[in-house]
This record gives sequence, structure tokens and C-alpha cells, in this order.
Amino acid sequence: MSLIEQLPVLPIIIPLVAAPFCLIIPNGRIAYFYAIAISALTFLSCIGLLHGVAAGGTISYYLGDWAPPLGIEYRIDLANALVLTLISGVAALVIPASYPSIAAEANPKQIPLFYGAMLICMLGLLGVTITGDAFNVFVFLEISSLATYALVALGGRADRRALTASFNYLVMGTLGATFFVIGLGLLYQATGTLNMADIRVQLLENGTNRMVEAGYAFIIIGMGLKAAMFPMHLWLPNAYTYAPSAVSAFIAAASTKVAVYVLIRFTFSVVGADFDFVSAMLSYVLMPLALAGMFFASLVAVFQTDVKRMLAYSSVGQIGYMLLGISLGTEAGLQASIIHIFNHGLMKAALFLSVACVMLRLGVHTVDGFNGLAKRMPFTAAAFIFAGLSLVGVPLTVGFVSKWYLLQAAFEADRAWIAFLIVASSLIAVVYVGRIIELILLREPPEDGPLFRDVDGNPVREAPMVMLVPMWILVLANVYFGLRTDVTADLAGRAAASLIGGQ
Amino acid sequence: MRDEHLILRIMMKVLFAPIILFALYVQFHGDYGPGGGFQAGVIFAVAFILHGLIHGVDATRIALPQKVLSIMMVVGLMFYAGTGVLTMLLGGNLLGYDVIDPESTHHAGQHYGILLVEFGVGLTVAATMITIFYHFAGREPEIRDEDW
Repeated sequence: MSLIEQLPVLPIIIPLVAAPFCLIIPNGRIAYFYAIAISALTFLSCIGLLHGVAAGGTISYYLGDWAPPLGIEYRIDLANALVLTLISGVAALVIPASYPSIAAEANPKQIPLFYGAMLICMLGLLGVTITGDAFNVFVFLEISSLATYALVALGGRADRRALTASFNYLVMGTLGATFFVIGLGLLYQATGTLNMADIRVQLLENGTNRMVEAGYAFIIIGMGLKAAMFPMHLWLPNAYTYAPSAVSAFIAAASTKVAVYVLIRFTFSVVGADFDFVSAMLSYVLMPLALAGMFFASLVAVFQTDVKRMLAYSSVGQIGYMLLGISLGTEAGLQASIIHIFNHGLMKAALFLSVACVMLRLGVHTVDGFNGLAKRMPFTAAAFIFAGLSLVGVPLTVGFVSKWYLLQAAFEADRAWIAFLIVASSLIAVVYVGRIIELILLREPPEDGPLFRDVDGNPVREAPMVMLVPMWILVLANVYFGLRTDVTADLAGRAAASLIGGQ
Repeated sequence: MRDEHLILRIMMKVLFAPIILFALYVQFHGDYGPGGGFQAGVIFAVAFILHGLIHGVDATRIALPQKVLSIMMVVGLMFYAGTGVLTMLLGGNLLGYDVIDPESTHHAGQHYGILLVEFGVGLTVAATMITIFYHFAGREPEIRDEDW
């Protein structure tokens, strides 16, 4: 077999073959090293795919040698190659950092299962992204969601509210998936095919009708639920807050982004923004919701006393920026949106990992734990500050790049008032991030009381190296991609051009 | 205690083997008629669930321990994924069964491939079904703290 020919299927088949063995690995530490190796291999194959697509254009792979539109096709272009790289890259960094934190927070017997679920969650998200078959999206979505429910519920040992959070997420996620599959059913009824590219061909040939419009609406609602689009975000804050810290870091960076990617894919290359009902949906539904989410969720984040919950609400706000980019309906807007998908993954993974370090040492993720953190855990504190500045959008970080392209897109679309709103909502981010940075830098660490010593009763030390190194790789990636904008912006620009140009 | 529910116990003994036989029929006839791995796995699990209902879950756990079920799940998945990887190693695409028997004029490779895959599905589904049954039926009435 030639490795290059089979490359498109490797990101799926490596974790798929590997994950079940976690069930029979007796020891958590062995499972840990095993999961590191698997996620690194998956990441390498995704890098290979990104490289191949950037150099040679769209790659298509026929599963079981059945040619599309009958068979399932994996179709990788720049847009999904970027998302694939993000998901597998975050997994390859979060999994090495996860062991100390998961060993402290979860039942030791469940650690091998945790790594199995983590690999399956990654596999599902990669599958949603890689496939060119609309129904296959649903299958992989369910695979990743079921793994995520289990991962969130693992937090139940530390805090039983994780169980209700997980159940809530299960109900909402299942509703979302059901809406999505109803939408797919209607599209299938109207076009007679499930291959994404073929649906588009059929729609262009035969035009649309009410059934297609209803199907598209169902898909938007279903994916909006999964992406935590305002006002369907209510499952997200609890799920992120009560999940084990390492799980929060991974799902915050990866899972909602994949849903946004699916929205992009269905809007631009399956149905197509040149239909009137799609462009109407973009400007009259998606844009108001995106703007409302940006402001409402950011404002709510300001008043949180739990740092994880604050970051979760901030995620809902940041999803608003991505949806705003999509809703402009222009190539520049789409480019900004894809850049922000990638960049926001980097920021949130770094932020949640630094909260995981605090949680490991102090056993809390409330703001109290951050008092005087710069004096007690300087490297963790510095990582939080850098990633937080990136979230605000300070120059030299990826956050700035995202906002810059989004502003440019808004001006280009002759909607200067949107640019104003983007800046205004960024100022709210200054407030909620600044509040924590003030605690970290200017407050004194507690002299006595419950947070004076760490969870074992020792003086508070810096987090272990295995957590610091992946966290700092993410922070440095925040700076690197903030300086080398040509990498992400160029790839995202070409991805956006091919998505829009496909019309 | 041994003489209680005599009729039920005898009926269970009579039914057990035919149920498994029927499961195997559905399993291996799946590519010609209705059926296949999923249905066969469920029917296979039904035999053990019936055993559990009549003799109690603890007796079934001794006959078919959870450890064995975990291994069955993994082996079943490996039959499925392994077939896919095998076709890749033989130079085809993932699950492109034709490379298994390239000389064949009537796509015999497709038959071998789907039989292997369906066998894997059956094994995993049966093991998963019984595991779910164990967990529901064997649940503690009150959840202890260390169960979290």
C-alpha cells in the first residue's frame, strides 16, 4: 500500500483501531502513554493532509472503492484540512497535559476509559470534518457527542453537578442531532442524494423548493444547538464548568468549532449562499443572533465568579464572532470566520489548561484561586495572561489577527456599524479578562484560610512540567500565528475563496 | 430454592440453544437475506438476558464475566477495523473488499469482506447488549459514594 494514497483515511482509522484497546488496558499510566502516541500519529497524518491539500488541491478518497454519489467520499479541501489540524493538534497537546489533572479529578479505575473516550471524541470530530457525505456527518457527530457526554460526566466524582450538566447536554445535543437529521432527510427527499457536492449539483439543476428551505432551516437549528449559537447555548456553561479540566480544554477548543465548520459547509458548499433564502437567513437570522451572542454572553461572563464558567460564556461570545463572519456572506467574512475558528481553538485550549493547573494545585476553579497567582505559580499565571490578552485581541497575538480580518470584512461589506459593534464587544472582553489579570498580578496571595496551602496541605508549587510544556506550546502558538499571519490568513483566504467560488 | 420456578428454568434451558442457533443463522445469512451483524448480536444477547432474568444476574455474571465481554467488544471491533486495514495493506482503499480475492470473477472478495465485518459487528453488539443489561439489572438501589 502506498502511505500517501491512504493518507486521507488515516486520521480516522488510527484512533478508531486504537481506541477500543483502552477498554482492556489495566493501568491508567499505560493508557496515558498509549493515547499520547495515538494522538501524535493522528496529528502527523493531519499535518500531512494539510500539506498535501495546500500544495496539490482537494483530495478525495472513496471508502470501500464505491464511487460517489453512491458511496461515502472523504473530501479534504483547505477549509476542513485547517480544522482537522486544529482538532488533532489540540488533542495532541491536551492529552499529554491531562494525566496529573485527570488522576486528581476522576476515579482511578476510569482513567483508561477516559483516554478511550478522549480518542473516540477526537475521532468523531475529525470524521465530521473530513467527510464529504452529509449523512456521514451525522454518524460521526453522534460518535463524538456520545463520547463527550461520558467525558463531561467523569467530572461527577469531583462535583456531582457534572452529572446533571452532562444529562442536560445529552438532551440538548440529541435534540440538535435530531433536527440535523430531519434536515438531512428533507434535503435527501428533495435531491435524492447524500453526497454534499452532488446535493449542490442537483439543487443548481432543479432549483429549490419549500422542502429544501425547511431542510436547511432544520440543519441550521440543529447545528446551532451543537455550536452553542445564542440563544441555544444554555447547555454549554454547565458542561464546560463541571467537566474535568482537561476535558474542558479539549471540547472548548474543538467541539463547537466543528459545528461552526458544518454550518459553513452546509451554507456555502452544500446549499449555497447564492439562493435567496440562504442569504436572507444569513442577514436576518444569523447576523442578529451573532451580534446578540457577542454582547449578551460577554456581559454575562463579566459577572461570573467561576473562571471556567466565565471562559464558557466567553466561548459563546466568541462563537458569535465566527457566525458574524459567516453572516456577512462575503469571501472576506468567511476568511475571518475560518481564521477565528483556528485562533480561538488555540486561545481557549491554553486558557482552560491554565485553569486546569490552578485546579490541580488549589482544587478550585473560582476567582478566589487566582488571587496573587503570579507570586505562587508564575508560569501558569503568565500563560493565563498571554492567552487572555489573545482573547481580548491585543496586537502580536492571534486574537488581534482574527479581529483585524473581521473588521476588514465588515468595512468591505459597507457595514461600518458592525465594525463598531465588534470593537465595543471586545471592550467587554477587556473587562472580564482584565478582572482576572488584576487578581493575578495585583492581589496578594492569601495569608491563611482554605486557599493558603494546596490540596495536599503543602505550600503551593508551580504546576508539573507535563502540564506547563503543552500549555506554553499553545501560548507560543498564540504569539507565533499572531506574527506569522501569512500561514493562517493565506490558507483561510484560499479556503474561503474555494468555498465561495464553488457556487 | 432449587425447586422454585421449575417451569421457567426448564423452558429457559429448552430455549437457550435454539436462540443462539437462530442468532448464528441471522448472522451468517445476513448477506443473502434479512439480518446481519446487529440483529444477530441482539438475538445472541437475548439468550443471556433470558438466563439472567431467570437465574439472576449474578449467575449470568459467573457464566459470562464482564472481563470476557470487554474483550469480546474489542475483538469484534478489531474484526471490523482489521478487515478495513487488511484491504488497505493489500493495496486497496479502506473496506475495498475486492482486493481480498482479486482473481474472482463474481466479487467473492465482497462476500468474504462483508462476512468478516458482520461477524465483528455481531460480536461487539452482543457484548455491548449484555453489558448494558448487567449495568441496568445489577445497579445498586442506592448509589454509594465510591461509585462515582
